[in-house]
Amino acid sequence: MTITLVFLSLLMGAVIWWLFKQSVNVQPWVAQGSTRDVHEGVLARPPAKTALWIFLAVVTSLFALFISAYAMRMHFGDWTPLPKPKLLWWNTALLIVTSVSMQWAVVAARRGDADGVRTGLIAVGILSFAFLAGQLAVWQQLNDSGYFLATNPANAFFYLLTAVHGVHLVGGLVAWGRTAAKVWRGIEVAKVRLSVELCAIYWHFLLGVWLVLFALLLST
Amino acid sequence: MATYVSHDESDFAPPAEVAEVELYHPKTWIGKYVWCQDAKVIAVQYAITAIGIGLVALVLSWLMRLQLGFPNRFAFIDPSNYLQFVSMHGMIMVIYLLTALFLGGFGNYLIPLMVGARDMVFPYVNMLSYWVYLFAVVLLAASFFVPGGPTGAGWTLYPPQAILDGTPGAHWGIILMLVSLAFFIIGFTMGGLNYVVTVLQARTRGMTMMRLPLTVWGIFMATILALLAFPALFVSAIMMILDLTLGTSFFMPALVSKGQQLSYTGGSPLLFQHLFWFFGHPEVYIVALPAFGIVSDLISTHARKNIFGYRMMVWAILVIGGLSFVVWAHHMYVSGMNPYFGFFFATTTLIIAVPTAIKVYNWVLTLWRGNIHLTVPMLFAIGFIFTFVNGGLTGLFLGNVVVDVPLSDTMFVVAHFHMVMAIAPIMVVFGAIYHWYPKITGRMLNDTLGKIHFWISFVGSYAIYYPMHYLGFMGVPRRYYAITGTNFIPESAHSLNVAITIAALIVGATQIVFLYNLVSSYFKGKPSGGNPWDATTLEWQTPDTPPKHGNFGKELPVVYRWAYDYSVPGVKSDFIPQNVPPGEVAAEAWVKA
Repeated sequence: MTITLVFLSLLMGAVIWWLFKQSVNVQPWVAQGSTRDVHEGVLARPPAKTALWIFLAVVTSLFALFISAYAMRMHFGDWTPLPKPKLLWWNTALLIVTSVSMQWAVVAARRGDADGVRTGLIAVGILSFAFLAGQLAVWQQLNDSGYFLATNPANAFFYLLTAVHGVHLVGGLVAWGRTAAKVWRGIEVAKVRLSVELCAIYWHFLLGVWLVLFALLLST
Repeated sequence: MATYVSHDESDFAPPAEVAEVELYHPKTWIGKYVWCQDAKVIAVQYAITAIGIGLVALVLSWLMRLQLGFPNRFAFIDPSNYLQFVSMHGMIMVIYLLTALFLGGFGNYLIPLMVGARDMVFPYVNMLSYWVYLFAVVLLAASFFVPGGPTGAGWTLYPPQAILDGTPGAHWGIILMLVSLAFFIIGFTMGGLNYVVTVLQARTRGMTMMRLPLTVWGIFMATILALLAFPALFVSAIMMILDLTLGTSFFMPALVSKGQQLSYTGGSPLLFQHLFWFFGHPEVYIVALPAFGIVSDLISTHARKNIFGYRMMVWAILVIGGLSFVVWAHHMYVSGMNPYFGFFFATTTLIIAVPTAIKVYNWVLTLWRGNIHLTVPMLFAIGFIFTFVNGGLTGLFLGNVVVDVPLSDTMFVVAHFHMVMAIAPIMVVFGAIYHWYPKITGRMLNDTLGKIHFWISFVGSYAIYYPMHYLGFMGVPRRYYAITGTNFIPESAHSLNVAITIAALIVGATQIVFLYNLVSSYFKGKPSGGNPWDATTLEWQTPDTPPKHGNFGKELPVVYRWAYDYSVPGVKSDFIPQNVPPGEVAAEAWVKA
């Protein structure tokens, strides 16, 4: 649970810092004549982006707990590490390229370049599906060589963590699909820029999660 | 993105004024009351569903008490049923009633109105949140009708027993329970994102964070806790489902069941306990923090006095929230943990008493020399202070390892947690309903019925739980169907059980008075007007009561002051609403509206 605690301490630290900024030297009981616009600064950020960051905190909490459970469970005697299929390295590379294409789409969106956004999004879609197919292929390989889900906790955790990560990617693909649909309907780039940016944040986050999970699998 | 404004991508400030046509207007009855995206309707949907399933749990508690008070008198309560009643009662009350009602019910109704927003920022997601919650409730209720019935594993669902033959509902019931919890968490996350982002970004002009009513602070912080803690329950639910259906061994050790060696090896039941309580302890505060917030507003309003120590109240909410994540293992003192861990968790647990005590002192100091109106909401608020202090003090007993070990799994624990996280928050729920019902319906609840409801519920709760502490001291264990062949439990314990059961039946039945009041006042209650309690917060300043969609008419209110300007010296009226500009408060000019 240490891992989760570290994550939460960081998060709580951020919340306390933020609240301190809100409350220090403020005397709420003193009525103010002017209505200083409280939205300055705060509202420079679109609500959807705030919501996404909070959602990412929730997902991080989820993965931190899975990883905590992993760390606790692996110290029991029956843990036998899995082989690390080479394909995982390829999948990792695919996911990195996906993230790069996503960023490319963002840059194109900022430039107002509709064709660039389109190319970027197509690449992201293809690469993401390729990654998912690659992960399924890894499952197949492990299964074929006798590493079934229930035979060892290490196997069970591998299947579980990759599945949870995959499901999150599938969820992201729904948002990607909606964004892509907007672009293909010919909505101007300025209006889809936010959606593209949100997708990009999510993809980078999932890449980060995957790198942590992969490092965890490699090191144990 | 909010449906109420159609602005371009670069402007995210809610406009102060909207044209009538821009508001989301449902066109059909179904659009208005069923597939509704208005937070106020969603709040009522949440509340009705939560109270409905809560009544089922109330009946379950009656059945439990009937068995304990009059053992073996009732043929329809066998040991399996009894365990199922206990488990379902606990889970429903904690998650499906209290969490859903405080966050989904009060959160949805009060957050947009109190921060001066037209609606939640993502109304569609908000609507989905309710329907996913309803689906979770239906799944849970379905477990009463499947082969084997609902799970009887206790609300903590500890493996291995939860999924072994011999525990009631070990095949169907437990799966439905776990899947239902998973859906609850998904639904809650949708709603929770809304509550947090609405507080952060949809506040009206002038509403700084430090001018928010404490109700909003309580719900806001509880939502953050829930968003971070529920994943722990989600993780444990998923892993237990895999253990049960696909034969993995996350939690299941090698064991022999009914003479047969099972295929599980090496799993760790303790791992489940850690995950469960990592969720389970913050859950206490997910229920308590909204109650803290709401009760602060009730006390301040009905004592006509500003809340004592507003900033400390906000900080206490935050500190309690933070600490609640580092105390979980005090639920596991008897699990054989390292004594140094026990020492650590006992220390953190006792430290929580500090911010909590600050809050209690502040409530009492708010009452001190206030102009106390003993209205029904105020009675419930004061009742809350008593029951909460009571339960909190026994919490200090149980927080110490040496005291906890002999009292563990006795009726003392049952008495403690019912006082602190069942009766106390429910007192606030009732107080809040009596307080805000006029805003929701435009009519007052009947006062006499409310007082009858309060006094029987309050005194009755003490009649139920006070004696239980003694039972616990005697060593009467919790969760036992019947106690036979034990010399250390005297005959008098049995008469006490009879008395408790009778009190429980009476308190339960009194809730019918409350339900009757809710229904009859809706049709025949005294019209309340817009601000019957002379309160300062924005929800009481709406142009219409009940508020229409969009809450504030054409123009959003502008906030000039905090929420607690009661009995301001030199001002004629004893309250100044948050949206009254300082210029208007020139003492003589300001007359009571």
